[in-house]
Amino acid sequence: MTFPDELSCRELVELVTDYLEDALSPAERVRFEEHLIACPGCQTYLEQMRRTIDVLGRVTEESLEPAARDQLLDLFRNWKRGDRVN
Amino acid sequence: MRLAPNDVAGSAGVDDDVRLVELLRAGDERAFAALIDRYHTVMLRLATVYVRDRAVAQDVVQDTWLGVLRGLDRFEARSPLKTWIFHILVNTAKTRAVREKRTIPLSALWDPTTADSFEPAVEPGRFFPADAPRWPGHWTSLPPGWDAVPEERLLSGETRSLIHAAIDALPPSQREVVSLRDSEGWTAVEVCNILQISETNQRVLLHRGRSRVRRALERYLTGT
Repeated sequence: MTFPDELSCRELVELVTDYLEDALSPAERVRFEEHLIACPGCQTYLEQMRRTIDVLGRVTEESLEPAARDQLLDLFRNWKRGDRVN
Repeated sequence: MRLAPNDVAGSAGVDDDVRLVELLRAGDERAFAALIDRYHTVMLRLATVYVRDRAVAQDVVQDTWLGVLRGLDRFEARSPLKTWIFHILVNTAKTRAVREKRTIPLSALWDPTTADSFEPAVEPGRFFPADAPRWPGHWTSLPPGWDAVPEERLLSGETRSLIHAAIDALPPSQREVVSLRDSEGWTAVEVCNILQISETNQRVLLHRGRSRVRRALERYLTGT
């Protein structure tokens, strides 16, 4: 049985980021959480999104290439020597 | 002198910024090295959203660093150093982009409604149709949980490579917002401020990007 104002799973997955970002209105938040309590599939989905964010947080940017780094340090030395008069 | 990478990180306070700028003004090379190690690759990636050509993007970032050094005497710590640097980057990149032939106008760059139409977080086929007699819009079968996936697997080099590939495959605007928010740890306010986008657009891009990465991870972890 589905009530007209009840969220469907399909709608819930589109609100996950708003939920995690605390951007839902209080009423929307209640609807979201009411669905969640009763729906193991959406609980799993939310947990997957949380783990995805967690894994994304462990991704590190590739480090600066040595040649580019040297070039920038040269830029700094040049600036230090004379460019700063500008 | 103490200059751990974290001192240059986004969470650094006003005092750290003031101190760092003093070191730079004094010509301290280690301070500059810490700064480029922290931000250069992030800046380069962001620049490529505005100018597609990697060589041009490298120019843009180099010009930005020069602009930062030349502007140091004007920096007043009213905004964080990071914000100031990235503002210079975005302005430099935009100026440069205007000179390039672009297929997408600058104004549409961060607007998910013009860049592409509605993009569902999950394939519609995984839900019962809206007119189904039972459970309309509900999962046809429950998504397999990842509880059985050992933590070591999630942290493995292979998973990291997969995540890198999934991020690289995102449309540029989604890739940027996801990287800055989730990998670099910027706040929503910082991202909106530096990219000059609305909170709503920021959230839509973050949502779509994260959803795509979740999907890639799901395929990899559960083979579905």
